Amino acid sequence: MLETVVSGIRFSNPLLLASGIMDETADSMIRISKSGAGGIVTKSIGMEEREGYENPVVYELPNGLGLLNAMGLPNPGIENYKNEIKNALKGGVPVIGSIFGKDAGEFLYLSKRMEDYGVHAIELNLSCPHAKGYGMEIGVDENLVEEIVNEVKKSVNIPVWAKLTPNTHKIVDIAKAAEKADALVLINTVRGMAIDVDARVPVLKNVYGGLSGPCIKPIGVRAVYEVYRETQKEIVGVGGILNGRDALEYIMAGAKAVQIGTAIYYRGVGVFHEIASEMREWMKKNKVSKIKELVGIAQVR
Amino acid sequence: MYRVVEIEEVRDEAKDVKTFFFRDTSNPQPGQFYMIWIPQVDEFPMSISYIGELKGFTVKKIGKGTTKMHSLQKGDKLWLRGPYGKGFKIEEGKALVVGGGTGMATLAPLAEMLGNKDIIIAAKSEDEIIFRNRFKENVFFATDDGSLGFKGFATKLAERMIEEDDYKIIYTCGPEMMIRKMVDIAKERKIKIQASLERYMKCGIGICDSCTINGYRVCVDGPVFSEEILFSMDDLGRRWRAKSGKSISKEENHDIGEKSQ
Repeated sequence: MLETVVSGIRFSNPLLLASGIMDETADSMIRISKSGAGGIVTKSIGMEEREGYENPVVYELPNGLGLLNAMGLPNPGIENYKNEIKNALKGGVPVIGSIFGKDAGEFLYLSKRMEDYGVHAIELNLSCPHAKGYGMEIGVDENLVEEIVNEVKKSVNIPVWAKLTPNTHKIVDIAKAAEKADALVLINTVRGMAIDVDARVPVLKNVYGGLSGPCIKPIGVRAVYEVYRETQKEIVGVGGILNGRDALEYIMAGAKAVQIGTAIYYRGVGVFHEIASEMREWMKKNKVSKIKELVGIAQVR
Repeated sequence: MYRVVEIEEVRDEAKDVKTFFFRDTSNPQPGQFYMIWIPQVDEFPMSISYIGELKGFTVKKIGKGTTKMHSLQKGDKLWLRGPYGKGFKIEEGKALVVGGGTGMATLAPLAEMLGNKDIIIAAKSEDEIIFRNRFKENVFFATDDGSLGFKGFATKLAERMIEEDDYKIIYTCGPEMMIRKMVDIAKERKIKIQASLERYMKCGIGICDSCTINGYRVCVDGPVFSEEILFSMDDLGRRWRAKSGKSISKEENHDIGEKSQ
């Protein structure tokens, strides 16, 4: 009922763990796999070991609106990540290796290493909104996006996903620049910040961070809808999915799978099972037998 | 969202250890922790050491944040979020409470709630012992140098006491090597155990995977874990995670020291 195929990879359900949440250590990734996720995307891994920013790295928005974070791309570095991937694969679901680099050369190297380690696909992080010289700073430049995607595509045999930023007015142009990718992942967090009025200073140590959770869902749904209309690409939707209806919303906009992150903060590790059963319940009630019948169904033609 | 609390009293507890008292709307359980933010300095996790109307954090001066906190006085402010995590669960039967260094701060509000119990308060030497007068009876001291009470590790004293008494549950907090040893003792002697763990923590809310040990997040799944999980924790006292998430051995971990919370 919930099976889906993205870039030729078969997932038992469309609910994948988003990059950056509970996916630095293999044990956590295995735990999420066993908790009902259809697939896992790793923390973004770079060339060198990075500690990330100092605390505060996260800010909890009031009233369940979401989270603001600036972790600063902490990661053990690609050379230290082999065992984590090797072990994460024991979770029994597809593992997508997320990587970040400062230029095409770094992305190329990281992709090849990830492929050697045995991941099922690569996710190019072209969209982290708070790391200088990385992510979004590259991901808003169509030429750079095109170069990185094309170079990586030429040199690995596994599917390549490009995760794009919403922090641009030209997301369709960026998506078209990434058209050689096997799938597009939309969206990363939205660049934002918070000031503590009593302290009279920004909360995050890095000042700027990425906004996630329910408050960004309409931005994500819009991005998926828009890009699905304008390109023929396969899309993975992400941003603010908290329940089955949210996941269906993304799918109806045009996503074949979705990623879940901040919902773990709100609903716990069991959220994958819960969302899957909420989707099944809706589908039964509405006599939909396969999720693919719903992909892009809300597009106004 | 943070809320601001005002420090109402500062008390010296031991060398480099002070308790900061404040009032707050929250209702923490023993073993739970808060994230304390000192704007423009640092944000760090801290377990609660007094849970009454006047609440307290008992803080050892270790890093940037705790050093700054030690300079704060009555009337100064702290920014808090929390309480977070899972605290201690009170079990039936006689309890043995084993606190090493400022680990005793985490155990103290629990110890006050327990009926039938013995308490071991341990530190390197007498001047690092906290809460010397907080408990009126059944308190045993252990110091590495013998300057107060039993001379030697808390775990040695605990083993002796377990030989002679029928404890049903061990509660412990302190340096991870001490916790590892207490878990091994509990497993061997088939005694229940709960331990509050400390790992390098960033978000405090279960998303970043920084404080994870064998798939368990100290911040959300812990910081207090029970025997069924503790007995299976291969990395406890053996492997740690650097700030980058890299898996490191005891030799590579330069931060293993006393419980810094």
